[in-house]
Amino acid sequence: MLDTAKRKEMLRMMIKLRAFEEKLEELYQKKAMFGSTHSYRGQEAIAVGVCSALEATDLMASYHRGTGHLIAKGADLYRLMCECLGRLDGYSKGRGGKMHMGDLSFGFVGNTGTVGATVPFATGAALAAEIRGSKEVVVSFLGDGAMNQGVVHEAMNFAGIWKLPVIYVCENNLYAMTVSVEKSIAIKHVAERAKGYGFEGKVIDGNDVELIYEETRKAVEKGRSGKGATFLECLTYRWDGHFGGDPGTGYRTKEELEEWKQRCPIKRLKEKLIAEGNLTLEEFERMTAAVYAEIDEVAKKAQASPMPPKEFDLESVFAGSEVAHG
Amino acid sequence: MAKAEKLQAPQGEVKEMRLQEALREALRYEMARDERVFVVGEDVALFGGAYGVTRGLLQEFGESRVRDTPISEAGMVGLAIGAAINGMRPIVEIQFCDLLPLCMDQLVTHAARYHYMTGGRISVPMVIRSKFGTRPGGGPSHSGCNHGAFVHFPGLKIIIPTTPADGKGLLLSAIRDPNPVLCFESHHLYGIKGPVPEGDYTVPIGVAAVRREGRDLTIVTCGGMVLKADEAAVELKTKGIDVEIIDLRSLAPLDKETILKSVAKTKRAMVVDEGPMVGGVTSEIAALIQENLFSDLKGPVIRVGAQHLPPPHSPPLVEAIIPSVDRIVQTALKLAGGK
Repeated sequence: MLDTAKRKEMLRMMIKLRAFEEKLEELYQKKAMFGSTHSYRGQEAIAVGVCSALEATDLMASYHRGTGHLIAKGADLYRLMCECLGRLDGYSKGRGGKMHMGDLSFGFVGNTGTVGATVPFATGAALAAEIRGSKEVVVSFLGDGAMNQGVVHEAMNFAGIWKLPVIYVCENNLYAMTVSVEKSIAIKHVAERAKGYGFEGKVIDGNDVELIYEETRKAVEKGRSGKGATFLECLTYRWDGHFGGDPGTGYRTKEELEEWKQRCPIKRLKEKLIAEGNLTLEEFERMTAAVYAEIDEVAKKAQASPMPPKEFDLESVFAGSEVAHG
Repeated sequence: MAKAEKLQAPQGEVKEMRLQEALREALRYEMARDERVFVVGEDVALFGGAYGVTRGLLQEFGESRVRDTPISEAGMVGLAIGAAINGMRPIVEIQFCDLLPLCMDQLVTHAARYHYMTGGRISVPMVIRSKFGTRPGGGPSHSGCNHGAFVHFPGLKIIIPTTPADGKGLLLSAIRDPNPVLCFESHHLYGIKGPVPEGDYTVPIGVAAVRREGRDLTIVTCGGMVLKADEAAVELKTKGIDVEIIDLRSLAPLDKETILKSVAKTKRAMVVDEGPMVGGVTSEIAALIQENLFSDLKGPVIRVGAQHLPPPHSPPLVEAIIPSVDRIVQTALKLAGGK
């Protein structure tokens, strides 16, 4: 059972993820951000529930809608914001943008814009742990859209035959860009596919942070004790469009969105903690204001930070020829 | 001084062996020295690899580090990327280079770009070994020469060992390199014997070898075509043409210095490759030479490569599209016959 302090920390983290996305959206609208946003609003319980159940030495691979995963796993907000804004102080020195980063100092294997591409990376990182007998477990975040990519299935088959310590966390937000799961997946729950690779697949409420924490904890224990992979299908909904330029309407109804907003993961935990007498509304508002102020500060600092110089270094594609920034 | 090695017998203790055995020597040597190194691929464990390169490794190093995989080339390359990121040194065998296109996203969009796109925070030390070479019976999906296509992608190192000594030395360097390295192994060369130094023998990636010195014409080539170029050079010598042969050994990074130094001396250049000429190794090197030495050249840089066709099945069709000794000789005569 989770203690109150940990649950409050998870609440604060979910607010942080949301505040970060809202700030990015604001910067995107002001054209201060290059490329696009991929808002995580509405899905915060998954990143926070999963990452709260991991040790610092455990690893995680993400995907295009990844800012939430990174923050929950311990990314530095300033470096992350800088990368989104194409700044030199960003995790990738402005070379990658928000979809292309990686930093093992907080167990982050990487993310990318090719849907599903990091699923084999996570699986391979788990293979490394299995070969050397180190005990790290690897989380592979993926969306429902990735469930129809070939390498995802190849990777899951490897995890099955070799009993690798990997947890596939499928964030089923019901739409792959604009195409609904009904139109792209012939079965009701993608978790059923895990059975075909020889490990358990569970369908869980993706907006219940405590449940997600609990299920992840079990999967971590299983992975760490050599019993192999787990697949968690977390049912959720993204409140915004697929990317900054997509209003998210046209392929979804207002009613559907409103219904999911009622299941807001932040609201749910907040109300539960208040009902238990473990949180006051005033405390919640203070917490929220502090988080938003922190994100404001980070954004200001990032916007004032230097852009990369207008020059290139042909050697920078190869390791062994440059020193990582910072 | 050019960095290229002159053609010479390796020094110190040597053992005669085939290229396939020399490659195995490199794998064994490094697996014994570095426990992060492991081998994955289709049929690499029990069977010892489609060409016998990994034979005996399972018995010596056990099934954790020598793994037969399902037929999942893209997944296997992706797993290797993840294992490399998490501290291992994976070596992947892809049976034919014709199967590499299955892995393109993992390989060229991810493995090759990881170091750059993470601001240098993460590197992907992995080796992908694959066979190339057009031969009768291989046909369109089993005997291609697509090595040239990979030169296009920044972030990959590409080696093509020709001699058994280079097989050991280059592969050892590749395993120790902190970057993804593609090792193209020629079907035509696997069985050819040569002296291989014992012990810790490495050949640097990115350094060509001068296989034959000459005054009149430089032939720049790699892989199985080095042997054909050499045969052609012997014949051309009898016709009064003195050929210098540069064996590239690495396509990326390319040893521009050795190529240009040689052509600056001979003032005539021919580029020979087993892969298609269009958009390939030969076009890249021809461009390099003319951009740098245009006014010194006594004639155009001539390319001799495969026709722009898929690799065919039947022997006469194969012979028709792949450079032959005779085609190299005739082309050389046109270029340098009058001197």
